[in-house]
Amino acid sequence: MRVLRNIGTYSIMIGKVFGRFTRWSVMKGLIIKEIDSLIIGSIGIVSFISFFVGGVVAIQTALNLNNPLLPKNLIGFATRQSVILEFAPTFISVIMAGKVGSFITSSLGTMRVTEQIDALKVMGINTYNYLIFPKIVALLLYPFVITISMFLGIFGGYVASIYGGFCSSADFIEGIQLDFIPFHVSYAFIKTAFFAFILATIPSYHGYFLRGGALEVGKASTTSFVWTSVLIIVTNYVITQLLLTL
Amino acid sequence: MITIRNLNKTFSGVVVLNDISTEFENGKTNLIIGQSGSGKTVLLKCILGLFGIDSGEIFFDNMSFQKMNIKQRSIIRQEIGMVFQGSALFDSMTVEENIMFPMQMLTQKSPEEMKERANEVIDRVNLVNANKKLPSEISGGMQKRVAIARAIVMNPKYLFCDEPNSGLDPKTSTIIDNLIQEITEEYEITTIINTHDMNSVMEIGEKVLFLENGNKGWEGSNKEVFNTDNQTVSNFIYSSNLFQKVRKVYRNENGN
Repeated sequence: MRVLRNIGTYSIMIGKVFGRFTRWSVMKGLIIKEIDSLIIGSIGIVSFISFFVGGVVAIQTALNLNNPLLPKNLIGFATRQSVILEFAPTFISVIMAGKVGSFITSSLGTMRVTEQIDALKVMGINTYNYLIFPKIVALLLYPFVITISMFLGIFGGYVASIYGGFCSSADFIEGIQLDFIPFHVSYAFIKTAFFAFILATIPSYHGYFLRGGALEVGKASTTSFVWTSVLIIVTNYVITQLLLTL
Repeated sequence: MITIRNLNKTFSGVVVLNDISTEFENGKTNLIIGQSGSGKTVLLKCILGLFGIDSGEIFFDNMSFQKMNIKQRSIIRQEIGMVFQGSALFDSMTVEENIMFPMQMLTQKSPEEMKERANEVIDRVNLVNANKKLPSEISGGMQKRVAIARAIVMNPKYLFCDEPNSGLDPKTSTIIDNLIQEITEEYEITTIINTHDMNSVMEIGEKVLFLENGNKGWEGSNKEVFNTDNQTVSNFIYSSNLFQKVRKVYRNENGN
């Protein structure tokens, strides 16, 4: 019953986000601010994690290639496939659920607790549009973050393979070109678009409808992370089933 | 004028407001008093439309808020100024930006006009050298002044204050009370204040509504409230040691 009520409230919230728009002169500034905090502010951590995880994927693949008949270019191939298909879009999105999701929930939650949302409502402002819409628009740039993650993940794998002496540069580059299917990149970006919407709206829901005080802000951030991650994983499964198996 | 007729509000079956009817007149400072949990803030939030009501009607200058469409409600809300208990200033904005915010959102004024109007109200609430400061960099009393300035910047017809003196020292409380009363008279607005502060009741309460467990316990002027026969109101008013002593001295001097 509670789940149904939450789904209903979430759907109504999404409807109101796209109703009665805040004037563009104000919205413009809000969107730029959100791009700065949600997108630009995440590039550092995403780059760091992508580079090293890409390296780990390459090393582990290399260490499992015991059979001398298996070509060394498989290291590059496996790194590319892992990074493009799953690591960059899904794993990074779960990390972003922790970073960006908690930030959104706690900032909206604090606004709720300190009555700032009520203050906006009293002024006759559509608080859903004013607070949530800029986050959705900012996260339209999320595929840009994932592109950086893809590039740095593969680059990390390349560096680890070469400096670890697992394969030559030519082998790795041959591997990342091997059997390349361009649709896999499209598939990754389609997933990313769905994840971006989840990342913007689920944490907003948990922050906006928070009740209580400072303790509840902390609890809501945790709940928001859990639900955002769960939805990303489930959506990932559904999209993979639809796009790669049919 | 704000008129409330037979207002009822429950939360999960618990009655919070029971059949409240009253009127708040223009150009007057109206106070809602009562113990914590008596329903004061809920009443204020019901009038503001932040909480839906179960039954009854609220009229703003004889127009029923319940019968208004979204656009009409939006227009009424633009005529409302609200000072929240914790000031509810936007953390990421400077004092000046906080005050200019309603104009940015709701008017077509140029940045220069907005700045000019913001400076007018900043002067009106006696805020000095605070324009570029963040809310976290100013005192509680100054935050309340900023909240008042933001509430009056659009020349509202109705001003609501939820415990404007909470967390302030007696001297600052008196300054804030006087400021609210002056603004009420100057702009001819309907002001409704939720308070626990008996000093406010004594000084600025032109009309006092006493709530008791969600019911209207008593209403009258600040002159009547200190001499009322209603024992519950009297007990509430004189619950502090200071006021009990003041009453004792007053009675001794007047031979009552």
